[in-house]
Order: sequence, then C-alpha cells, then structure tokens
Amino acid sequence: MDFIAILSIFVLACFVGYYVVWSVTPALHTPLMAVTNAISSVIIVGALIATTEAQSESAQWLGFAGVVLASINIFGGFAVTERMLAMYKKKERK
Amino acid sequence: MMIPGSALAPLVALAYLISGVLFILALRGLSSPESSQRGNRFGMLGMFIAVGTTIATHDAVALPKLGLAIVIGGVIGFVIARKIAMTAMPQLVAAFHSLVGLAAVVVGVAAFLNPASFGIIDELTGAIHGASRVEMALGVAIGAITFSGSVIAFLKLNGNMSGKPILLPARHVINLAALAAILFFTFGFWHSQAPMDFWIVVALSFVIGFLLIIPIGGADMPVVVSMLNSYSGWAAAAMGFTLENTAMIITGALVGSSGAILSYIMCRAMNRSFLSVIAGGFGAEAASGDGEAREQRPWKRGSAEDAAFLMKQADSVIIVPGYGMAVSQAQHALREMGDMLKKEGVSVKYAIHPVAGRMPGHMNVLLAEANVPYDEVFELEDINSEFAQTDVAFVIGANDVTNPAAKTDKTSPIYGMPILDVANAKTVLFVKRSMGGVGYAGVDNDVFYMDNTMMLLADAKKMVEDIVKSLGH
Repeated sequence: MDFIAILSIFVLACFVGYYVVWSVTPALHTPLMAVTNAISSVIIVGALIATTEAQSESAQWLGFAGVVLASINIFGGFAVTERMLAMYKKKERK
Repeated sequence: MMIPGSALAPLVALAYLISGVLFILALRGLSSPESSQRGNRFGMLGMFIAVGTTIATHDAVALPKLGLAIVIGGVIGFVIARKIAMTAMPQLVAAFHSLVGLAAVVVGVAAFLNPASFGIIDELTGAIHGASRVEMALGVAIGAITFSGSVIAFLKLNGNMSGKPILLPARHVINLAALAAILFFTFGFWHSQAPMDFWIVVALSFVIGFLLIIPIGGADMPVVVSMLNSYSGWAAAAMGFTLENTAMIITGALVGSSGAILSYIMCRAMNRSFLSVIAGGFGAEAASGDGEAREQRPWKRGSAEDAAFLMKQADSVIIVPGYGMAVSQAQHALREMGDMLKKEGVSVKYAIHPVAGRMPGHMNVLLAEANVPYDEVFELEDINSEFAQTDVAFVIGANDVTNPAAKTDKTSPIYGMPILDVANAKTVLFVKRSMGGVGYAGVDNDVFYMDNTMMLLADAKKMVEDIVKSLGH
C-alpha cells in the first residue's frame, strides 16, 4: 500500500472516531476508556509478527514480551469493560 | 511478512479492515447502556479476527510460544479485571495505558532490530524506508511517553506517590528542550539511520513522560488519564503506519481521538485550557495558603437525625457525589438511603459533574456498581435547572464543583468553571469530613455558610449509614 492510501484511512478514521466518541454517553466514559485500552492493544499484531518472523533471538523475545503485555491489556480491558457494563441497569418498572 | 502479491494478500487486508470496523462498532455501542454490551462483544470479535489473521498468515513453528505468551498475559489480565475494586478503576486504567505504551516501544524496537521481517527495508540498499524510520521513531517516542507518564499517573492515583504537584524549577524549559531533542534525534535517525539516534529518542521519551506528569496534581488526573489514553492510541497508529496494518491504524485513530475528546470535555468542565493543565502546578498554592487566618463565619452543624428528618419531609432530593464518596466507598450506603427515601415517596436523583472523581465517568461507574439505576443519574446540564425546585441537595464528598465563587468571584482560581447550583435548593446538606479542608482548589465555599445549609461533619460512609439508621426508625 502506498503512503497516501494509508494516510487516507488514518485521516478518515480520525473523523469517524471524532463523531463516534461524541455520541458516547458521559455515563459510559469510564467503560469507554477501558475498552479503548483493550482495542489499542491491537498492537499485539506487531508483537506477534516479531515473535514469529524475527531472525534474531533478542527481537523474538522482545516480541514475546510484547505479546504478553498486550494480552494482559486485551483480556483485562475487555473483561473489566464487560464487568462494568453489566452493572448499568435501568429502573425496574412495575 | 506476507509475500506481497500472493493470492491471500487481499483477503488478509480485508480481515484487518473488518476488525477495524468492528472496533468502530464497539465504541458506537457505548452511545447507550442498552447497546453497550453488544458493542463490547464486537470489540472482542474484532480482536479475535486481528490476532487470528496474523497467526494464520505467519510461520506456524512459533505457535506454542505465541500460545504461551497469550495465556500468560490473558490469565494475568483476566484475574486483575475480575478482582479489581470499582473504586480502583482510575489506577487500573492508568496501569493498562502504561502497558499499551510499553508494548508499542517493544514492537518498535523489535522492528528496528529486525526490519526485514517487518517488510520495511528497501530491497536495493538494505536500509529501512525513510518513512518507516520516522514512523518507528515517533511510535516508540509516543509509546515511551505513554508508559512512563502512565506509571506516574498510576502511582499518584494509587496513593504510592503524593497527589500534590511536584514542581521542578525551570521545568518548562527542561520539557521543551527534551521535546526539541526528541524531534532533533528523530530527524537524525531519519537522515542517517544511526542506531544511537534511535536509542536516544527512546531514552529521552521515557524521561519526558515522567517529567510531564509529576507536576500535575490529583484533581487534574481526569485530564491526564484521558490524555494518556489518547497517546496510547497515537502510538498504536504510528506502529500501524510502520506495519501498513489497517486494523492498527483505524484503532489508533479511534483511540487517539477518543482520548483527545475526553481531555477536551474535562478541560471545559474545569474552564481551564489544556495547556495550563499540562503545564501543571494547579493547587500547589493551596497547601501553602492554608495557614492564613481564614475569616471565621458562622455555619450550622447538623446531625444524621436532622438530615434524615429533613429528607423524609422533602418531596425531592438531589444527591451530588464527588471524589470523597469514592474515597470512603459510600456508594452502597448511599443507594440504600436513596431506596428508603423513595419508599417514603421522595423523588431521588443524582447529579454528576463531569470532573467529579479522578477519571471521566468515575461517579457513574460507582453508582452503577451500587445498583443505582442509570436513568436516575443526570449530567450537569440536564439537571442543573432543577435545583431551584428541589427541597434538599445532598452533597457528599464534592466541593469545588458546587462553589458559587466560580460564577461570582473573578479572582478565584476556579472562576468560570461550570458548577452544580446546589445553593438554589431549599436546603443544602453538605457531608464533609471537617471544616478544615477546602477542596482541591483551596478555595473557601460560600455554600457552607448559607442560612439554608447544614453541615454534616463526618466520614461520608459513616454519615450516610447513620442517616439510613435514622430513616429506619
């Protein structure tokens, strides 16, 4: 992919992010931070590549460490978001 | 790396795109509590697709090693997420930010050591692409700043380090110089691909992250946490550019703008510019000014019984929680109090100021944890006009966000900050530990001395429990 194509995706995604985040209800701002934490750990992709492809031993272990770190975040982030979201309940209407 | 032009390449790119879209849907779901859980599942699915695609398209020999790493990380993350107390959420989020930052640094360094396996070298010269050099240097720089900044934020929020701002002399000069140096060595790395330049960028970035956060005080933490959230996104995006990975770029942009918007909302709620928050030092004068003889004004002290009686007689009560409620873990007792009042036919609502607590939405999560229905919880602009028709405003652990000086006193450090107009209610019950402390900004609050205010001096949780007891009689 050429640089401009990637840049276009990035710029458009910034706009999408802008509008999507403004529509998040303030009551859910803490879960928002937790879930953004989890998804930004998609950086695990880079760590996975380093672990599998790197020729040098040191880079492989760096990759391994990266996978562990990002996995903590992915599992922790999604699980804690799930836990928080389950607490938001409506009034029981009788 | 995928062989460019292989038959699978478009499918792989498509898979990453799909996971990017699923992440957008995950955030979209948060527009209301009903759709939020489905949104979170979309996020999980997106992550599963991204990880699965990467593993499926790469050498399977390393599979056991990858599995081991994911299991180690996964178990740690999962256990933490299960066990963590809701009141500790701000420090948990800070800790998670630091991990994203560190992971970005690790990936950047791995890419630097092994550019060939990331497909970022020029076939002819064997050097790393110029653009990739810049992206890599920026990625590790932002990642390192996120890491060390978040560690400091974590220590402050967790109480391992004083919440008071630590002010170094000439800190602005030091910070700007460090920032300039990072840019200079990034340029150097782009120019010559000298390893030394790369390592200097990494080291300086760790230092500047640390320097940026130590002068920022506890109550400004909502801004800091949001800002670091934003940085972690930009770090992921920079790495996405290096790896030409759409999922990472889309996610980075989403998270980056999300954190930026939250920072903006927090700053607006304090009427402070982002720069002044980042420059730090707010609330530092408060500590020194405490010794001054404050004018002694008469105020009324009430008991739990008085409070219970007043609220029982009322038609409507608005509860205003603040950081103090989180500190004393009073949310469950508070909900019990609300339930008993509702049984007496009193209308009970909660009013939340955007910067109440230590992170965006902090109070909402705690109330949700205590089973307060979210449709009884209102944001500042939705409920502020109602105070005038309300019998009792019950302020618990909040102070600055109710201070009328923000409207009337131009010299006040909180002037211009939107506040909850509790003073307009017929009666104000103000739960506070003592008359000594005057909130974070160090400003006296006129609400304490109003004729219709009754001060309830005690630990927040203890006071609410006593009120619940009296209501039971």
